[in-house]
Amino acid sequence: MSAVPAPAADAPKSAHTAADYKSDYKPIWCPGCGDYSVLSSFTKAFAILDLAPERIAVVSGIGCSSRIPAYTSCYGFHGVHGRSLAAATGLKLARPDLTVVVASGDGDGYSIGGNHFLHACRRNADLTYVVMDNHVYGMTKGQPSPTTEPDWDSKLSPGGTGLRSFNPLVIALAAGANFVARAFAGDPNGTAEIIAEAIRTPGFSFVEVMSPCVTFRPEQREWKHHVRPSPVPATDDAAKAARRLMTDDGFNIGVLYKGDRPPYQPPMGKGRKTPADLERGFAI
Amino acid sequence: MTSKQGHPGRASVSVAITGSGGAGVMTAGNMLLEAAAKAGWYGLMVRSSGPQIRGGEAAALLRLATHPVDSLDDVCDVLVAVDWQNIHRFADEIPLGAASVIVGDPDQGDPPEVYLASGARYGKLAMKATAKSIPGSWPNMVALGVAAGLVGVPLEAVKGVVASSLKKSDALAASITAVEAGMKAAAEFGDGTRLAPPPAKHDGHWLLTGNQAAGFGAIRAGVRFVAAYPITPATELLEYMAPALTQVGGVLVQAEDELASINMIIGASYGGVPALTATAGPGLSLMVEALGLAVAAEVPIVVVDVMRGGPSTGIPAKSEQSDLSLALHGLHGDAPRIVLAPNSIADCVTTTQWAVHLAEQMQVPAIVLSDQFFGQARAVVERPADAPYAAKRATVGANAQGYKRYALTDTGISPMSIPGTPGVTYTADGLEHNERGIPSSGATDHRKQLAKRERKLAQGDYARHWADLEGEGEIAVITFGSSTGPVREALARAKGDGVSARLVSLRLLAPAQPERLAAALAGVKRVLVVEQNHGGQLARYLRSDFEIPGEVRSFRQPGPLPIRPAALHREIVEWSRA
Ligand SMILES: Cc1ncc(C[n+]2csc(CCOP(=O)(O)OP(=O)(O)O)c2C)c(N)n1
Ligand code: SF4
Ligand SMILES: [Mg+2]
Repeated sequence: MSAVPAPAADAPKSAHTAADYKSDYKPIWCPGCGDYSVLSSFTKAFAILDLAPERIAVVSGIGCSSRIPAYTSCYGFHGVHGRSLAAATGLKLARPDLTVVVASGDGDGYSIGGNHFLHACRRNADLTYVVMDNHVYGMTKGQPSPTTEPDWDSKLSPGGTGLRSFNPLVIALAAGANFVARAFAGDPNGTAEIIAEAIRTPGFSFVEVMSPCVTFRPEQREWKHHVRPSPVPATDDAAKAARRLMTDDGFNIGVLYKGDRPPYQPPMGKGRKTPADLERGFAI
Repeated sequence: MTSKQGHPGRASVSVAITGSGGAGVMTAGNMLLEAAAKAGWYGLMVRSSGPQIRGGEAAALLRLATHPVDSLDDVCDVLVAVDWQNIHRFADEIPLGAASVIVGDPDQGDPPEVYLASGARYGKLAMKATAKSIPGSWPNMVALGVAAGLVGVPLEAVKGVVASSLKKSDALAASITAVEAGMKAAAEFGDGTRLAPPPAKHDGHWLLTGNQAAGFGAIRAGVRFVAAYPITPATELLEYMAPALTQVGGVLVQAEDELASINMIIGASYGGVPALTATAGPGLSLMVEALGLAVAAEVPIVVVDVMRGGPSTGIPAKSEQSDLSLALHGLHGDAPRIVLAPNSIADCVTTTQWAVHLAEQMQVPAIVLSDQFFGQARAVVERPADAPYAAKRATVGANAQGYKRYALTDTGISPMSIPGTPGVTYTADGLEHNERGIPSSGATDHRKQLAKRERKLAQGDYARHWADLEGEGEIAVITFGSSTGPVREALARAKGDGVSARLVSLRLLAPAQPERLAAALAGVKRVLVVEQNHGGQLARYLRSDFEIPGEVRSFRQPGPLPIRPAALHREIVEWSRA
């Protein structure tokens, strides 16, 4: 079960506003970076769910996108590059009472952290994983990531990598994620709704947010002209969702898949024995 | 328990039981150890096997004694071989002497020349045929009987152990008949290998492996979250902890790799739950980056490294003390951490417990350097004394005014805020930060936070357990971990030769305690540094971070063979007379 129940139809209005989840620390992002909107979507989602800030932990790795935790008033964890899911998994399994949201980027999450991504989907702990995908390593100033187009020219890979980009949403489905959605930073309210639904859904929820890097991928400003709400509602058939994702143009926005696999949560805090009881096992 | 002929018996007897895969020599070895334990003796058993994943030749190497033992002896007194297939491969591990006894099954051929060359007496016992004549029994039970008989472990004790492991009554009766047949045969091979009687009082002994001991110590200190990736020889530590943690309300998670396991425990500990991982050298190598995160973000964690032969995949199932340099120095940046080493199997309990305590108290990572010998040896030990070490972290209460997570306190320790606590939220960060935890690349913040993190460790209370100091004299032997057992034994023998020397077994390897060591070495003229590796990692560290008086020699021997007391004894006595 998720720690956060869905609101009843007649539920009172949230006691919190998005501002309650913002810290006074000013982001270092470039003006116009998509991550500003994603930050506001985080805080709006928390307000929709009416969670106390101290009940939420925002966990991240390293990258521009991974700077989000300290910009919230929640508990934050800014760890090492690529390992946010591991840290978040440890936190959630040890403290099932907390709502744990993970922020990552396409380099952090799909390249150096790729193995953890697969296993987090498979493990299906009750986490919400938000990846701000800008098809570039922003923080290190413009190198190709696993989602970068094969012909994208850069200093490190002149003329492009020649490698096809990989499809994280399909991979998440194949690996067993319980909730899969695509969002767009240019629509912070819509993204907030998706993140709120992801948090509400038990198990591992994956939200890939198209978040333009205006500095190294200025052409991504055009995304706003291409995105559209997904023409079909979410399915609970992973094969169908995967087929749709493999054939769409990458601009369908919305919840694409929602399963009902029970989350992984070993019984933390249930055993009642003491070390003195264990000690008897060693007696001769 | 003195023998009929009135032989006074020996304080220590070493026994090897060998055979090819499926011969059941480990079962026989474990039963012999348990029977000796029940009868009141001390002892230990290590397992050795061929390179095959499963099956293949195997050797149970036991040492039984009237006193606690933490190392293998120089010579194996009794070799019982159920068969000889590939058993010559164990020759280095089973050194025989002229007074040793070999018992072999003549139907399986003659003992390999390498064993006979020792001059050991060869006694024949048709174990297979004997077992065949007792329907439902097996040759390993005959081997158990002959080994027990040669050592003088009473039949009643062996029977008790066999009965508790074999529930089916006809197999039980047959096994006991086979044990009796073996014991009867033993009487013909003389009584030179019999143990002196066990100590009269022997309540409260424990039978456990170092891996179990470390796992138990961690739980006793309050560890309730473990994430880990399987690796020899640490796996049994995890296999012990998995059900044990469930029983005490904790959790063990199998991670996808060591990068995950260490980051998972950092996440759990950030959440307020004392957390640990266990691994071996290859895993510790992968964990190094995240150890630095735990240093910078000040998240307490414990990493048990059950060391094996390195570098790279090295020699997975054999012991070596060659991860010391990695544990001491293997982090980028100035990253103070705690490094501890238990120095006996029983001490794996206390040292791991202390590691949890220190890590939690100072909000740092602590690395515990156990090794394959400790980890996989099963031993009869005195119950370790209750140590006052528990996980106790300084935390902050709700809504504390002006809370600063990384406040620059006198001790360097700043109270931690545990997620869920209102009004004191913060972001734990591996980026350098100011007192509030806000990222800062300013010179002043960096200098102050570096000094704070160093200060925490400098003010720690290490007085009671930093080292074990024994003996006196102008010669001192400095060692750590599992080399302590053979050193202690060598020093006892040297004393018999009129050479007295000091033992310094360092339990706290980092932070370095140069003043304490200088005091322990006051008046010393010669120092022998003993360690089980090729490069002299401890000797180099002592030279760089400590002042060592007088002449210094380094005695180093890499795995896979254990350091045996005789070589050290010779070294100490010869040097004292040089
Ligand atoms: C172990 C390690 N390797 C490399 C780096 C350098 N590094 C920092 S962020 C980054 C890539 C970030 O890309 P992405 O996750 O897409 O985040 P963005 O900045 O685009 O939001 C890299 C390679 C690092 N910090 N740590
Ligand atoms: S470099 Fe790109 S991703 Fe990073 S802050 Fe600037 S615009 Fe955003
Ligand atoms: Mg990116």
